[in-house]
Parts: sequence; structure tokens; C-alpha cells
Amino acid sequence: MNEYDDLILSELPNEELVPQMHDDLYDGLDEEVVEGVNILLERGWLPYRVLTEALVEGMRIVGIDFRDGILFVPEVLMSANAMKAGMKILKPLLVETGAPRMGKMVIGTVKGDIHDIGKNLVSMMMEGAGFEVVDLGINNPVENYLEAIETEDPDILGMSALLTTTMPYMKVVIDRLKELGIRDKVIVLVGGAPLNEEFARAIGADSYCRDAAVAVETAKEYMARKHNQMAVAG
Amino acid sequence: MAYDTLTVGRPATRGRHDNSQSASPTEAKTLLLACGALAREITEIIRLNQWRHFHLHCLPASLHLYPDRIPAEVERAVVKFRKRYDNVFVVYADCGTGGLLEKKCRELGVEMIAGPHCYAFYDGLEAYASREETDITSFYLTDFLVRQFESFVIKPLGLDRFPQLLETYFGHYTKVVYLAQTDDPGLEGKARQCAARLQLDFERRFTGYGDLERALSMPRLRDSAVSQHS
Repeated sequence: MNEYDDLILSELPNEELVPQMHDDLYDGLDEEVVEGVNILLERGWLPYRVLTEALVEGMRIVGIDFRDGILFVPEVLMSANAMKAGMKILKPLLVETGAPRMGKMVIGTVKGDIHDIGKNLVSMMMEGAGFEVVDLGINNPVENYLEAIETEDPDILGMSALLTTTMPYMKVVIDRLKELGIRDKVIVLVGGAPLNEEFARAIGADSYCRDAAVAVETAKEYMARKHNQMAVAG
Repeated sequence: MAYDTLTVGRPATRGRHDNSQSASPTEAKTLLLACGALAREITEIIRLNQWRHFHLHCLPASLHLYPDRIPAEVERAVVKFRKRYDNVFVVYADCGTGGLLEKKCRELGVEMIAGPHCYAFYDGLEAYASREETDITSFYLTDFLVRQFESFVIKPLGLDRFPQLLETYFGHYTKVVYLAQTDDPGLEGKARQCAARLQLDFERRFTGYGDLERALSMPRLRDSAVSQHS
């Protein structure tokens, strides 16, 4: 038995519980994270505060250690699953209680590609950051993106690909947006293991996002610029 | 046998991968700078063809876990070794570098093997391309990956520590396609076990060495040497 076996989360004051939740998130302990979320809600915390201070902050630490090579993909996925479990409780409550809305994103893995780990991480982190996310799933032909842009009117279009053979399809989508004269309607962010900034520039995307944390920061920057432009125009 | 930074071609190297048919560094005129995951296969191709104009140097197969590092490692090796040879041929496909390896090879003035990855050149680029859409939910294994399944699939994905991630990684896959370079019942049995472990169906396709052997057979890899020494 180690010293943590006796740790009773409900007995911890908030200033100890929240860092403990960061640790639990880091360690991918979904049951403990869920328990922590419920305790904070019972103590009267607003869902948005639980989300940002306990979950998003915890994942921010995970993201830093991933970037620095301390954590690897499996550990990040375990953390993400823990955050997902916590968000499952918070999501309906956030709708009820309201939370700041950063913008709206449509995201999907491109045609010919069934890989969605990175995309799912981005979706989750974007939601955590206050974006509304419409996830198109995997293997999306250009028509799916166009339809979603038409119906959802997103601020951001995210495209993901894991394969060298499928990443060129992103250009097919962007070229079609240009043909239809709607390219400038959306901010296009692209990501995936074989991509790089040069590729993103070459296909006409707005930005390449190395990982989920970068995707969130990039999306926030673009949204801030968009609001500034609107303010100037207004 | 590990293939990390393996150099084949030293006259003293013998044994399971007897390379006595390949050239010693002093004989070889073309350096094959290859992925370690291809070492056994390239050695066998060289032996079968009794080529003596190649010297094989392999970079760690584990670079595949960090494809963004491949171009720099290839460059380092090309710069280090090229003075000793008439020709350097890079036996990597794109391998997840998103075109950066091809760009690097162009800068260095060396050729590389065509295709997105070894699955494609073993299968043959045309055959692979024709099946790409129907194979979308296939997870490929080669002889190398079957042998090194634990080290190159299970452990890097963390499935030894977190078996609950299996669905996260393989939820959209339906089958393992074992692209077999050799007829080896033992390996096929192991490949079936790999499929079972991933909870996927199994299919075996014999490819032989496919475009890998054809690429190494290009006359210019030999002629460039001959022309300078005839």
C-alpha cells in the first residue's frame, strides 16, 4: 500500500483537490477525475470553472510535457480519456449554465483516411477552450466539408490526415472552397503527423497545427484577429 | 538481431544473414543507405543476385517512430559516407516525412526509392494504388513488423501498459493484411497471432520483395560505378 491509497478526494480542500485532479488527469485516472468533478460541482463550482481550472489546466500541463518529450502518445491518450470522462458530466451542465463561446469549428479526417486520434484530441481541447465543435468523423469527401460549412457556418475548418497518401486531399478541399468563392469565409487549420508548415502553405491553408494545444492557441489567435477586424469595420 | 545502425558488407560479418555475397567497403561502389526495417530483405536480395557493387548501411528502424527525424539522419549519413562511394541510394520511401525526405534527397543530389512507404513498394506501387480505397481499413504488417511486433507496434502504442487503448487505436480497422516477403509458415502463424491480439481479421498476401528488388536492380546503380572505374 502506498501513501496515495488512503487519499480521500472529498476530504481535500479545493486548493488541494484541484492540483490532485491535475495529477489524476496526468496519470489518466478517469474514475478519480470524475469523482473530483462531482465534488467540485457539489461544492457549488460553476461547470465552466471546473472545466477550465481543473480539466483544461490539467491537460495544459499534459500538453507541455508531451511537447517536451516527457509524455508520449499513449500517456496523452489516457489523460485525454480521463478528461473526456470529466467533460461528459460537464457538457450538459455547460449548456444549461452557459459558458463563453469562442467560436465554431467543423473538423474531420479527410477522404481515404480513418485515423482520428489527433482529430479527436483537437476536438476535445477545442471544446474545453470554449469552441463549439462539429465533428465530421473520418474518411470525409469534399462534399461533407462543403455541406457542413453551408449548414453550420463555422468560423474554422479543421482537416486532419495521418497518411502521406491522404494529406494531398486537403488541397482538393481548399481548391474547391476557392472555386466556390467561400475560401475566405473560414479559417482553415490542418494537422496530422506527416504534415508540416511548408505543406500547409503550399496547399493554401491558414495554419499548420503541430498538436492539439497549438491548434487551440492558433484558433484563439485567429478568432481574436477576426473580432478585431470586425470591431474596426463596425 | 537488431538493425540499429547496422552496416552490412564487412567481410567478417557472417552468420544468419550471411552477407558474404555483398561487397566489402573497398569493393562497393554504391552505398545503400537504408531503413533498418529493410536490412534483412536487402541483404537477402543482394545475396540472391550476387551483387558485389553494393554496401549496405542501415539507420535505426526505430526512426519510424519519429519520422520527422528521418531527413536529418539521412543527411547526416549521406554527408558522412558519400566520399567513399560513387553513388548513394537512399532506401527509404516517404515514410511519413510528408515529402521532406524527398526534398532533402534532391538537395543532397541522391536518389531514393519511390512510394509512400514500404507497404507500397513491397506490394508494387501500382498494385498498392489500385487497392488503396478498398484497403482503407487494413492494418499492414511486413515480415519485419511480424518479427518485431512487440517492439514496433505494441510497445510504442503503449498497448502493453494500457490495453484499454486498443479500441482507440484500432477501432476503425477491420483486418490485418500481412504483406509477406517470404514463404515462412512460422511467420504466418505469428502474423495470425498479431491479428488476433489486435482483434482484427487476417489476410495474407505474398508480395516477395516487389519494387524494392526492382529498384535495386536499376542499371544506373551499377553503371555509375562501372563507368568511373572502367
